[in-house]
Amino acid sequence: MIDKIFPNVDWPKMWEAALETLYMTAVSTVLTFIIGLALGLLLFLTSPHQAWANKLANWLTGAFVNIFRSIPFIILIILLIPLTTFLIGTMRGPNAAFPALVIGAAPFYARMVLIGLREIDKGILEAAKSMGAKTWTIIWKVLLPESLPALVSGITVTCISLVGYTAMAGIIGAGGLGTLAFLDGFQRNREDVTLAATILILILVFVVQWIGDIITTRIDKR
Amino acid sequence: MPYEARQPSCYVHEMVPNHSRQLALKNERMDECYFDNNLNPFCSFAEGFFYERKIYMISLKAVSKKFNTKQGQIVAVDGVNLDIKKGEIFGIIGYSGAGKSTLIRLLNGLEKPTGGKIIVNGQEITSISEAKLRQVRQKVSMIFQHFNLLWSRTVAENIAFPLEIAGVPKDKRADRVNELIELVGLEGRGDYYPSQLSGGQKQRVGIARALANRPEVLLCDEATSALDPETTDSILDLLISINEKLGLTIVLITHEMQVIQKICNRVAVMEAGHVVEEGDVLEVFQNPKQPITKRFVSQVSEKGQAEQTIQRLVELYPNGKLIKLVFVGEQTEQPILSKLIKQFDLEVNIVQGNISHTKSGAFGTLILQLEGNSSAIEDAIHFIHEQKVLTEVISND
Repeated sequence: MIDKIFPNVDWPKMWEAALETLYMTAVSTVLTFIIGLALGLLLFLTSPHQAWANKLANWLTGAFVNIFRSIPFIILIILLIPLTTFLIGTMRGPNAAFPALVIGAAPFYARMVLIGLREIDKGILEAAKSMGAKTWTIIWKVLLPESLPALVSGITVTCISLVGYTAMAGIIGAGGLGTLAFLDGFQRNREDVTLAATILILILVFVVQWIGDIITTRIDKR
Repeated sequence: MPYEARQPSCYVHEMVPNHSRQLALKNERMDECYFDNNLNPFCSFAEGFFYERKIYMISLKAVSKKFNTKQGQIVAVDGVNLDIKKGEIFGIIGYSGAGKSTLIRLLNGLEKPTGGKIIVNGQEITSISEAKLRQVRQKVSMIFQHFNLLWSRTVAENIAFPLEIAGVPKDKRADRVNELIELVGLEGRGDYYPSQLSGGQKQRVGIARALANRPEVLLCDEATSALDPETTDSILDLLISINEKLGLTIVLITHEMQVIQKICNRVAVMEAGHVVEEGDVLEVFQNPKQPITKRFVSQVSEKGQAEQTIQRLVELYPNGKLIKLVFVGEQTEQPILSKLIKQFDLEVNIVQGNISHTKSGAFGTLILQLEGNSSAIEDAIHFIHEQKVLTEVISND
């Protein structure tokens, strides 16, 4: 029956593409989490009245985040071609997608980290300071644990965006379900291939959202 | 009073605000030297300094704090001088905006003064490095109006937090946490999260957390202002008991005179960045000098209200004589009324009364209507005078 609905789908190839998408999403999510978290913390800590309050550093970080958040992803990929060939050595294959994926998503996540950190009661930071905590202790033991639900729900949303970004990266040859849907489905006029790839992407998104929601509720003790 | 008992015997003679005054008084007061302890202030400058360190936990000398805002400069604390003795409970009362929140944050360096000197436990904290300040803060801990607990940690983990900061090894942390949970009466709640606790319980966690590193000073920032009256009482009782048990100095800020009345030894009244009045709580209660202090005192004594109603009382009780008795401290414990009734052939009617209890004794007023023949009334008033109760005749026949 499946063959009747999807007559043109080459399932082993589809599976391979799905794994590529999964790989790109997973690695870029991890990198985005680390870089976005660092940027978000920097934005927060350099803002007025915080531990590293510094107008210039805050302005620079803010400008970087805003610029890369504003560039449409498809244009960002093209702009980053020189950087990608320098870093990865090629423009083809899943690895070539990482610079664009991370640079596109990390600033987005940094903003969400900042929102999460700003929601922490100032009194708690004051309490930690009054106990003699160093800034690093405050980061590790107060800022991160207290904003964890926001950090997790933020990375869930970012991860879902990244699934979409990988599909776009597919158009310039990064591989994965996006490439398959575009080359085998759209360009060769096989709608069933596009549909199958779309369904797989949807499943991936739902699973990510589901896992994210479970973790968020479990860690939120408020 | 346990607090008095802990003071050195020469404490009562001591009102020495600074070194220069000590030096000036040195020779004149040599004969007053006490040799029963090493706290004698007058034998040499060095010893005098040592003495001051011993008796004062916190000294503020001409401390100011200015904030620059877009609306201009705000002077939150303006030239404040204060000396807070070891082991006492010192209250700072004022309305919001009086500068008391800023003042208490100056005491642990959360705010830096723009002028003056702050000495905590013999250490000048205004000019020390951030690293040293962090060490000072482990000995000058703080509790807050909104508790400021980490919601992501359990009660036990919250209490362990300052121990982690101080670098206490894990096994020792657990023992200390259990001790503290017991001290603040939260047995069995160690694994609860703050969101599962009531306000009073949260403040108990805050207190346990503040005591974790065995501080010498506890700063209370409106610690009971978010609690209902009953819970406030239980938290104040806990503060008194840790003050007595651990001998730690408590500095609290509040806008409620009830809090000062219940637990403080001494009080400072703040208004517009200045300390306008300061002294023993009982003294301030008896004899408030500034209008703002009178307003605070009337919160608890209802004295102001009483005066307004006196005229009405005179109309309500036209017969006999209305007299007002003012009780201060010990006499309140004496059975003056029953003696009065037994010794004199009089009808005694209590018209109005209000006795409040402060930490250092009771004070209050009682308005009596005395009916009988006039010589008996005169004798009775004379008798009350003899009991050292301030008496005032409100109305004649």
